[in-house]
Amino acid sequence: MKMAVCIKRAADMETRFKIAANGTSVDETGVKFDIADFDGFAVEAALQLKEKDGAGEVTVVSLGPDTVQETLRKALSMGADKAVHLKADAVPADALAIARVLAAELKGGGYDLVLFGRMAIDAANQSVGPMTAELLGVPCVSAASQLTIANGRGTARRELEGAAELLEFPLPAVVTIDEGIARPRLPSLKGIMAAKKKPLEVKPSQVGESRVKITKMELPPERTGGRIIGEGPAAVPELVRLLQTEAKVL
Amino acid sequence: MTDFYAIDSALSEEERAVRDSVHRFVDERVLPIIGDCYVEGRFPRDLVPELASLGVFGANLPEEYGCAGLNNVSYGLIMQELERGDSGVRSFASVQGALVMYPIFAFGSDEQKRVYLPKMASGEIIGCFGLTEPDYGSNPAGMITMARQQSDGSWVLNGAKMWITNGSTAQVAVVWAKTNGDKDERSIKGFVVPTNTPGFSARDQKGKLSLRASDTSELVLQDVHVPADAILPKSGGLKSPLMCLTQARYGIAWGSVGAAMACFEEAASYACNRVMFGKPIGAFQLQQARLAEMLTEIVKGQLLTLHLGRLKDAGTMTPQQVSLAKRNNVSMATDIAREARRLLGANGILAEYASMRHMANLESVYTYEGTHDVHTLVLGQAITGLNAFQ
Amino acid sequence: MANAFAFVESRGGELRRVGLEAVTAARQLADGTGGGDVHALVIGAPGIATKAEMIAAHGADVVEVVEHPGLALYSPEVVAATAAARIGAGTYRAAFFSASAQGRDLAPRVAAKLGVALGADVTAFETSGDAIVVRHPVNTGKVIATLTITGTPVLVSLRPGAVTATRAPRTARTETIAPAMDPGSARVVPTELLAGNTAKLDLGEAPVIVSGGRGLRAPENFKLVEDLASAFGNAAVGATRAVTDDGWRPHTDQIGQTGRLVSPDLYVACGISGAIQHLAGMRTSKTIVAINKDREAPIFKIADYGVVGDVLEVLPVLTDAVRKAKHSH
Repeated sequence: MKMAVCIKRAADMETRFKIAANGTSVDETGVKFDIADFDGFAVEAALQLKEKDGAGEVTVVSLGPDTVQETLRKALSMGADKAVHLKADAVPADALAIARVLAAELKGGGYDLVLFGRMAIDAANQSVGPMTAELLGVPCVSAASQLTIANGRGTARRELEGAAELLEFPLPAVVTIDEGIARPRLPSLKGIMAAKKKPLEVKPSQVGESRVKITKMELPPERTGGRIIGEGPAAVPELVRLLQTEAKVL
Repeated sequence: MTDFYAIDSALSEEERAVRDSVHRFVDERVLPIIGDCYVEGRFPRDLVPELASLGVFGANLPEEYGCAGLNNVSYGLIMQELERGDSGVRSFASVQGALVMYPIFAFGSDEQKRVYLPKMASGEIIGCFGLTEPDYGSNPAGMITMARQQSDGSWVLNGAKMWITNGSTAQVAVVWAKTNGDKDERSIKGFVVPTNTPGFSARDQKGKLSLRASDTSELVLQDVHVPADAILPKSGGLKSPLMCLTQARYGIAWGSVGAAMACFEEAASYACNRVMFGKPIGAFQLQQARLAEMLTEIVKGQLLTLHLGRLKDAGTMTPQQVSLAKRNNVSMATDIAREARRLLGANGILAEYASMRHMANLESVYTYEGTHDVHTLVLGQAITGLNAFQ
Repeated sequence: MANAFAFVESRGGELRRVGLEAVTAARQLADGTGGGDVHALVIGAPGIATKAEMIAAHGADVVEVVEHPGLALYSPEVVAATAAARIGAGTYRAAFFSASAQGRDLAPRVAAKLGVALGADVTAFETSGDAIVVRHPVNTGKVIATLTITGTPVLVSLRPGAVTATRAPRTARTETIAPAMDPGSARVVPTELLAGNTAKLDLGEAPVIVSGGRGLRAPENFKLVEDLASAFGNAAVGATRAVTDDGWRPHTDQIGQTGRLVSPDLYVACGISGAIQHLAGMRTSKTIVAINKDREAPIFKIADYGVVGDVLEVLPVLTDAVRKAKHSH
């Protein structure tokens, strides 16, 4: 099976973020970068599918400036076979503009399966995968927490709020990967050495107009804490109301 | 915070990748269990296959022997990260790589390299290093273990070795012995001895209050008969085992920085979170002074090891430079561990926190592979040209 | 005067609360520009038309209903094609979706089909000249981005709870529409909807963590913690060091200085006093709920919402309420 995995370079989310002087981006000074969380799961899923098949090829693709080559080599050190760097000054904020660049690269690549992480952990749009699938005209399942491929067909599970659904689809297809699948492997030290010898192709890319512009970035208000909302089971309705309307986590 | 001097920017992408992999391994596999292992006095043996598949054993030896073929800075970073977990775990890797695989690589025959190195890289064979004897620690030249060659060319070894890391776990021991009754240190040779050879026995040393998550053993060799090809053919004289110790001390200089970083991070985090007299204790000047002192010493140690690694990669590193780094960094880490433990107050005596474990471990590290005092004399001799050992 | 469109999410023949939130958002946008029309699309198996009244009550002027026996389950390709066709057939300033599991699958497909921009997972929006300006949490909520989106229409997926579904009754016209493609010809076929959610999430990945401490009093009471986690559906179970040391839970579940360091969207501390070593592992959680008997427990100092009470009494009631809230979405 010929697979591509589209990955993004993203800041370590453990970082205590600061806003850059321009007010529209995050200060990258001293920030560590790595494969965006979910994209690591996607690489792992591809490697496991290849290992299960005993054959196949995994190509990792990333859009961005030269720094993404380190991210691509990380995926190569995990076990991917080839890498493609789509060179651009920056990754646009418009998911559709990203999807167009990726689709142009993936089209005609002969991939049976194109994987993405469910979303880029930094931009958190969860849009590029399904958009790329639409542009390629191939079936898509997004946010798969389980994925099996057999005889040219796939079965996937998606987690919903308080439920889950199963879907079937033919290949070629695009699947975006949720965290449940498998923890990304650590690159072995031999893998890190081997990655240096694997092919990494650099291609110029044409990023079109972005209709989404970041006009401001800010830190959320500091947490205050120390608020007691009530006593015993009687406090539950108020708690649930606050979780829904104020914290927006339910 | 522990990269206060942006030393990352002086590392190559590959070096950072190696460090990050081992860092994550230690976070995920070592830190959750090591406190319990320490309390129970148990080496976490289950980690050996995982460390092997990660590729840490003999990571700076060539790929043709199943090793990772990394440079020495990468190797140092591995040691730093492992000891951020525990000195016992780092000691295991040091012994396997620098004290057993290295002498086989440097002094062994092609056959010995082919037989042993790949299986040691993969963790199938665990090794130990027998140099120190009950009565000869800082003075290895005085060793009394003796190998006598038989008429058929085979060897018979007799003697005892002590403070041997991995001794009871190992399948193979590199034993250093004088040969054929010659008491001069120039007769010292290395022997690769399978530990199941009749007459070879290993017994764990009990009652340790340091390096508790590590096996330390006493070896007894009583008429241990090994074939002619058990000798490391290119070894000769005390300088051979000392070359191994230089390799290991190089790793210790890095490892001790890792232990210090673990203690500092724990202390800094505690200082920001622990509230006393209505504010975090980190807001008090005494604790800030402690933390500032710790960080300064760590940065110095980091810069020292990185430059030492660059010298080693350039092939110009001297044993005396290694002595300076081992001496400084282990002493620095020992002090930091103690200060961190104190900053943690009563919580600092619990195994749940790492500082006291590191503090106790580092007393061993301070003492082994050339005590602090011995390295002082090595430097003294390098400065004055005068030997103060005898 | 701008028109707005809302996709009304449903599951199992029932409208989801987030679906009505989309209608309210569309109403707000239309009213904010001087009062345009709101068109709302609902898709489902035969019978879904009965929900048109409810949708109109939340401010839709036209309810477009697609009923088909093949659409009992969410069929991504059919729904995307139909939504794109309906949006394309009108003149809308914006089209609202839900940033739910279903909506986050659907909205990008529709945006790509229409060739328009999508503002995803939006917590607030407003019109500004030719543009729609939205707020969107990035970097796991540690940073809030303000995005200016241009083009017509702009697609917006709303984070659940970003707007409160509000009644604004209209005399709505209901239009019955055929799906834009035959559900039988879809390549991606939904085969089953599984009630409940049993997938075991890792502590480092789960958006919600329900964690238990000694306040649970006995290992068998951890069942209450597990029940609450399963009511959330996207939750993992954690524990304190005291509890893992006592063997109530495996060591891998331990959250704290020496265990896992976590920062989920929601952390529910059940019977946890808040020892400093535990707080070190979870204090970066975005929202912290604490349930503890002792009003003076340190955990309350960092909790956003504290409930003073016996965790054994509070948990079953909370579990029940969470389950109900999840199902009404």
